[in-house]
Amino acid sequence: MHDRIVITGIGLTSPNGNTLADFRDALLSGKSGIQDYDIRYFGKTHAGVCNYDPLKYQSRKEIRRGTRAGSIAIYCAHEALADAGIDWSATDKSRVGVYVGTTEHGNVETENEIYLISQHNYDTSVWSHHHNPRTVANNPAGEITLNLKISGPHYCLGAACAAGNAGLIQGLQMLRLGECDLAIAGGVSESIHTFGIFAAFHNQGALAKHEDSTKASRPLDKNRNGIVVSEGGCLFTLERLRDAKARGARIYAEVVGYAINSDASDFVLPNPDRQADCIRLALKKAGIQPSDVDIVNLHATGTASGDAQECKALREVFVDCPNTYFNATKGFIGHAMGAAGALELAGNIPAFEDGLCHPVMNVDELDEACTLPNLVIGEPAKLDSVQYILNTSFGMLGINSVVIVKKYAD
Amino acid sequence: MTRNEIREAVMSILRDIAPDEDISDLNDEIAFREQMELDSMDFLDIVMELRRRYGVNIPEEEYTELASMAKTVNYLEPKMVDIPFEK
Repeated sequence: MHDRIVITGIGLTSPNGNTLADFRDALLSGKSGIQDYDIRYFGKTHAGVCNYDPLKYQSRKEIRRGTRAGSIAIYCAHEALADAGIDWSATDKSRVGVYVGTTEHGNVETENEIYLISQHNYDTSVWSHHHNPRTVANNPAGEITLNLKISGPHYCLGAACAAGNAGLIQGLQMLRLGECDLAIAGGVSESIHTFGIFAAFHNQGALAKHEDSTKASRPLDKNRNGIVVSEGGCLFTLERLRDAKARGARIYAEVVGYAINSDASDFVLPNPDRQADCIRLALKKAGIQPSDVDIVNLHATGTASGDAQECKALREVFVDCPNTYFNATKGFIGHAMGAAGALELAGNIPAFEDGLCHPVMNVDELDEACTLPNLVIGEPAKLDSVQYILNTSFGMLGINSVVIVKKYAD
Repeated sequence: MTRNEIREAVMSILRDIAPDEDISDLNDEIAFREQMELDSMDFLDIVMELRRRYGVNIPEEEYTELASMAKTVNYLEPKMVDIPFEK
């Protein structure tokens, strides 16, 4: 029998909130985090920008030496530990593991350096000696360990837009393997600071455009026209149930099911059959039926084919599930990339307490290809009881991830 | 640049490298690293910024010439005398 793993702390920064309470309030009240945005070379577009205070947990020098992804990660880690009520001075730092999912890392810093040398006639002698520590793939997780003096294991998980879930899953697995006693796990993204991601999505025909930035991200809507890129982060503190109980921790949820699989079919196009497989695998691990799930949070990015394909997969799995409600988060905050899975799960976890399924945002006219029973549009839906929440996150190269959390019961 | 301007150019670099520290009372005769938190990567920033801002190249074997402000100004004076000061 595996150890039961629970979420005891949540630290996050989202374009519409820097705490779980503010983020949840924004999701229930329809507050967008998307704004006008202008980036070097690419120009005007839309993005979700976080306004947390980096100086809350970092010195100016740390900020200067490190990366935006590292800064977001440090903020989220501190907030999660504080939220969990962990006595940090009494914690054995060698038994803390840090597992941070990222969609990509290093593009921001590489673009900055190339821009800089372009101002010096491409003389590489002015290329920063800080480039390598900033761009190594473990950077955001490593910056957490430097800041918090954690001497246990750390690394990042490159998992495209499934990365937030992948980080959470890795934390759970490492706790079960006994590799750590406390896991700081989830995902971060600073991708809005690289022009390349905007240009690539635009040239792929997958970047959202709207005269009103707050309406640009509109997953499932008939008039959706692509992704709004956002930054953000969400890290959980995960503990074995017995450890959490021993210290009298408040328990947000138990992680009861998860799955990661691969489409093995295309670089960018999703595969609803493999997505359905992934969901079924997670349900099987949780030992539950589709009809047991109260809230399904979609990946739904706002691309024409991606949303329709995902809804196809969901309709295939969730047959005859009259008490299962569906929502999606990206209409509010855009696509927070490596943070998306963790952030979107976090935004739903308060439903265990308040019984509310937050709605989708900006669905003025539901696309027929995206119809789902009990898709929550408009106002939040009040559910009789919320016992299980299922979160999907899918990414390029055909990586699919699903996490299922359960309301804690002894 | 005059000696005073060279000193101000170096101070500007130091303020950027150590943004949390008040270095207004820096003693020119005492080594930077005895008065400031400067690790080897920070020290390389001094070299890098002199290159980026003023085109001054400092060979690695001469890095010891940048130990204190007094030594640095003495060392840089002949290299920067013809470079205009940019605040």
